[in-house]
Amino acid sequence: MSQTYLRKTGDGSGTAMAEGPDWLEPVRRAAMDRFTETGFPTARDEEWRFTPVAPIAQGTWREAAGTGRGITREQLAPFIFGHPEWTTLVFVDGVYVEALSSGGALAAGVRAGSLAAALRADGNLLEKHLARHAPIETSPFTALSTAFMRDGGFLHVPANTDLSQPVHLVFVTTAEVAGSVAHPRNLVVIERGARASVIESYVTLAPGATYWTNAVTEVVTGPNSWLEHTRIQRESERAYHVGLTHVEQQRDSHYRSFSMAMGGALARHNLHVRLSGENVETLMYGLYLTRGEQLADNHTAIYHDQPNCRSWEVYKGILDDRSRAVFNGKVFVKPEAQKTDAKQTNRNLLLSDTAKVNTKPQLEIFADDVKCTHGATVGRLDDIALFYARSRGVPAAEAQRLLTYAFAAEVIEEVALEPVRDELERLVRERLGTV
Amino acid sequence: MLEIKGLRASAGDKEILKGIDLTVKVGEVHAVMGPNGSGKSTLAQVLAGHPAYEVTAGQVLYEGKDLLDMEPEERAQSGVFLAFQYPVEIPGISNAYFLRAAYNEIRKAKGLEEVDSMDFLDLLEEKLRLVEWGPEIMNRAVNSGFSGGEKKRNEILQMAVLEPKLAILDETDSGLDIDAVRIVARGVNALRRPDNATVIVTHYQRLLNYIIPDRVHVLVGGRIAKSGGKELALELEARGYEWLEEEAGAVL
Repeated sequence: MSQTYLRKTGDGSGTAMAEGPDWLEPVRRAAMDRFTETGFPTARDEEWRFTPVAPIAQGTWREAAGTGRGITREQLAPFIFGHPEWTTLVFVDGVYVEALSSGGALAAGVRAGSLAAALRADGNLLEKHLARHAPIETSPFTALSTAFMRDGGFLHVPANTDLSQPVHLVFVTTAEVAGSVAHPRNLVVIERGARASVIESYVTLAPGATYWTNAVTEVVTGPNSWLEHTRIQRESERAYHVGLTHVEQQRDSHYRSFSMAMGGALARHNLHVRLSGENVETLMYGLYLTRGEQLADNHTAIYHDQPNCRSWEVYKGILDDRSRAVFNGKVFVKPEAQKTDAKQTNRNLLLSDTAKVNTKPQLEIFADDVKCTHGATVGRLDDIALFYARSRGVPAAEAQRLLTYAFAAEVIEEVALEPVRDELERLVRERLGTV
Repeated sequence: MLEIKGLRASAGDKEILKGIDLTVKVGEVHAVMGPNGSGKSTLAQVLAGHPAYEVTAGQVLYEGKDLLDMEPEERAQSGVFLAFQYPVEIPGISNAYFLRAAYNEIRKAKGLEEVDSMDFLDLLEEKLRLVEWGPEIMNRAVNSGFSGGEKKRNEILQMAVLEPKLAILDETDSGLDIDAVRIVARGVNALRRPDNATVIVTHYQRLLNYIIPDRVHVLVGGRIAKSGGKELALELEARGYEWLEEEAGAVL
C-alpha cells in the first residue's frame, strides 16, 4: 500500500523531499526509512482500530504545490477573525503566501513566519527543535510529515516576552488541491517566562474537494511560560485530515489547548503532551461536530513524567446522521510523578439513532500518591431540560438546537481569548442553524 | 380562566391523579396543598405538559381552549407558566440568553417584534429589582451552580419577565429560608393583576402568610379531599394532613 504513495511522491531521488539545511537531510531520510518499514497503519493496529485509513493508503496523491495566484483576501475573509492587528500567516495548498498574510506589531525578537523561510535563513535555531520533539515513531503519518514537510508556521517567542496579539496560521485549500496531499509543519517555541496565543485553522475554498492534509505541529513551552493553542479544523467534508500536535512542557509552564473538528470525511487528531518538568499545568479541551458520514477521531496522550503536575481534559462531541467519532484518552503517570492530578472527561451527544461513538480512556499509573479520574458518556438531550425550555415558550426544534448549542458552549467557554471564543461559538451556531 | 374536569393522569402504570375537578377564575389565587405523594406536583406538571405523565381521562379548559391538546410551548405562548419545583440547570448558555430567547419566542407567537439584547436589558432591570438581584446573575449559566434559593428566585424572575396569565408555582417555597420566601412572595404579589390568576402548589402554609389565597384545596391520594377559604390553610398548619387522609381513607 505504501508503495503507491511512494511512487507518486517520493521516487527515491530525494527531489520530492523539500530542500533544507544539511542537518535536516538525515532526519528526513530516517523518517522516510521509517515509513517504508511500517507502511500505513491498518485496522490491526490498535491505534487505528476504529479509523480505517484505506482511502488514504490506497489513494494516489500528488504533492500539493500552492501558489496563491488568483486567491484574494476577500475569499479568505470568512476564515479570518479577531483583530486586524493580529499576525495572520496564510498558507495556500501547503505553501506560504506573503501577499495574503498580514504581519502584526510583534514585540522585539519575536519571529513569526514561514517555516520554509526560517529553514533557509535560520537553520541553527530550528535544528534544536524541528523534528526533535514529535518522534517519527508516533505514527507513519508523522514519519511522512518529517520526510516531506515543506512549509508551515514558525513562531519563536523569546524569553520574558508577552505576545500581546495572537498569531493565526491559516491553511487554506483551493480547488487545485483535489487529489493532492500537503504536509503542513508548524513549530512553536515559547521561551522561559514568555506568553503567547496561537491559532491554527485548516479551512477550504473547495468544500467538495477530496484531498489529504497531513499536519504536524511541534510545541515547546519553556519554564514558567504560558501558551494558548487553538486548532480549528474545517476541511472539506470529502477530505482526509490527519494531524499530530506534540507538546513539550517544561517546568512551571501553562499550556491550554482547544481542538475543534468540524470538517473532513475522515479527521484524526492526536494531541500528545509531555510534562517534562515539575508544577506544569495542562488543559486540553476539544469539540467535534460530525454529520453525514463523517468520522472524527481524537487521540490524546498526556505523559506525566514529573511530580506535582495537573492535567485537565474535556472533549465533547455532537454527532448527527450516520457519522462516527472515536475518542481515546491516554494518561501515563511515571513512578516519580507523585502528586499528579489528572482528570479526563469525554461526553458525546447523539442527535440521531445511527450516529456512533467509540470512546476509551486508557490510564497507566505507576505512582501511588496521585489523583486520576476519567469519565465518558454517550447520550441524548435530556427530556426534562427540553421540557423546561419548551415550558418557557421555546418550540421543540428550537429547544433542541438551544440545548445542543449549550452543550458545545460549555466547553468553548474554557477558551481564554475572547475573540477565539466568539468565533468558535459562531461556528457552532452556524452548523446548528441557531442565531 | 382554568377549568379542570375529572382529570386523571398516570406515570407509567401508576395512576397519580384520580379525578380532579377545579375551577380558577380570573383574578384569583388558589392554593393546592397536600401531603407528600398526594399528586399536587403532578397536577402542576400535567398542566404545563410534562412528558413524564399521561392524561388518561378528563378535560382541562384554559380560556375556553383545550389545554391538554396544546404542546408545552403553545401553553407557554398563550400565557401558562410553571415555576418548577426543581429548576433545570443548563450549563453553556447564560441566563440572559435563555430568558431573551423565551421572551422573544412568546412575542413571536403573539405576532410582536423580537427585542434586541439592549432593549431586553432595559426591561430586565426593573424585573431584577423585584427579586432583589443585580445584573450579574444574568451572565451566569442558567441555574448552573445556583443555590436552591437562587433557582427558585430565578423562576420568579422568569415569571416576572414572561408575564403569564396563569402562573403555577410548584413548591416554590420548599427549602427556602424566610428571606427567600419573602422575596418570592413579593414577586408573586407584584405580578397579581385582575386579569391573571395564580395556582400555588405547596406543602406548607408559610408562603400563604404572604400571599393570601382566595381558595385552598387539599389533595389527598390524587383527589381533592377538601376545599375552603384561606382559613383552611391555617387549620392544616395546626392539625396536619392526617385527619384528611383518614377521612379520605374511610371513603376509599
